[in-house]
Amino acid sequence: MIEFNAVSKRYPGGHQALKDISFSIADGELVYLTGHSGAGKSTLLKLIPAIERISSGAILVNGQNVSSMRRGAIPYLRRNLGLIFQDQKLLYDRSAFDNVMLPLAIAGFPPKEAGRRARAALDKVGLLARERANPVTLSGGEQQRLCIARAVVNRPSVLLADEPTANVDAEYADDIMRIFGSFHEVGVTILVATHDGGLIDRFPGRVVRLEHGTMGA
Amino acid sequence: MKAWLNQHWQTIAATAGKLAANPLNMLLNSLVIGVALALPVGGYIALDTLRDLAGGFSSETQLSVFLDLDTPRSETTEIQARLRKLPAVASVRFIPREQALARLKETEGIADVVASLGFNPLPDAYLISAKESGDESLARLAAEIKAIPKVGQVQADSAWAKRMDALLRLGRLGVLILAALLAAALVAVTFNTIRLQILTQRDEIEVAKFIGATNGFIRRPFFYLGAMQGALGGIAGCLIAFAGTWLVNRPLREFSQLYGSEFHLRLLSAPETLGVIGAAAVLGWAGAYLSVSKHLWQIEPN
Repeated sequence: MIEFNAVSKRYPGGHQALKDISFSIADGELVYLTGHSGAGKSTLLKLIPAIERISSGAILVNGQNVSSMRRGAIPYLRRNLGLIFQDQKLLYDRSAFDNVMLPLAIAGFPPKEAGRRARAALDKVGLLARERANPVTLSGGEQQRLCIARAVVNRPSVLLADEPTANVDAEYADDIMRIFGSFHEVGVTILVATHDGGLIDRFPGRVVRLEHGTMGA
Repeated sequence: MKAWLNQHWQTIAATAGKLAANPLNMLLNSLVIGVALALPVGGYIALDTLRDLAGGFSSETQLSVFLDLDTPRSETTEIQARLRKLPAVASVRFIPREQALARLKETEGIADVVASLGFNPLPDAYLISAKESGDESLARLAAEIKAIPKVGQVQADSAWAKRMDALLRLGRLGVLILAALLAAALVAVTFNTIRLQILTQRDEIEVAKFIGATNGFIRRPFFYLGAMQGALGGIAGCLIAFAGTWLVNRPLREFSQLYGSEFHLRLLSAPETLGVIGAAAVLGWAGAYLSVSKHLWQIEPN
């Protein structure tokens, strides 16, 4: 499903974010990416949807080599990935519902079908009652769940989440993990970057550990 | 296919909504573009009116035929018939010497001179339209006519027509240059409008790229926005031209009546109006295209 082969990432200016990373994630697996902040977790996640490009090595997603993918193919790669990234903003000029509609509009769904799907996704994260609300008026936890709804509304086969529980209370964090769990149950591959050890204890999964840009033992 | 149409339709609706959401902005932009378009459109109308006016004399193919002064009136019909039979002649109009004199008397300043003469110095004449223009064929026709008895003088009226033509050509060139310059201005205005729009929608573009929007999807609304803004400007331009024509026409009619003729600027025809609006839309689209090509790639999710 997702395979890293001797992947390195060096930023312009010389900072070596990742060095010689090799691991693979099977279909339907739940994997945690852990490590201290600055270990390269975010960078690693950004390499998969080609938001950052690798310096050497190869990344395969569903057998497709992301590193050699031409620019025009990248949007279609991203549509099959549900991305929940820390700095990925919601749009505050429209309602929660319209935020979730955006991926469907991009994929070209007919409005009726899209509306149905968007409501289903909002329902899944418990925000159906707030569909008309502007995201600004939502709490941090609600905003995070809205991001999840937006990421899953396309029914991607892979979810990538970067510190999805970083800015929310422990109680909400468990909510979010339960939502991930329900996707995991239906066969979605999930990769979660987190430094919250307690979370991994409560929702067990395989752990890939990064240390200063390299694979831990 | 249906999804594709759907997307386009949604984009058009959303773009129209975006324009309507900021009416003052839209109005001012349309006004700027409209004024820029109204100038060459007005020039074009004025030139076309002038050409029509000049065309009324169907100048380039006209010959004046003057008979000898002593030609009896009884022979003029026969001469007219002979002129008509010439294959190169399209039409013949007889101008009796009395009528010519009467016309001359109406001319300011000359009336006194004519009256003091005490007799009519003008011969009977014909105004002939030839089928073909061109110096050579006109000269050949003039020679043929000259051969008819009692014909005194044949004169091609092409000199002033050529001058008029040259003037019109010059005017047309002027209007074309003006149109080209203002078209460039329209592209520039749209370029800037779209640049600002891209900047205000920076977040949206970033998010859209992040969740898998193709460049085409992101570009499309800006193209529509540019084209719609251009078309609105085109409509404004036509309205300005219509209003201008209407305003000018009343005094122009009074003015021309003082000179015993009647002319006025014509209105833009429906196809011309559509043409102006369409051209403005295309130019707006072009401005948007340039702007999008320049600015959109700079926005990437990170």
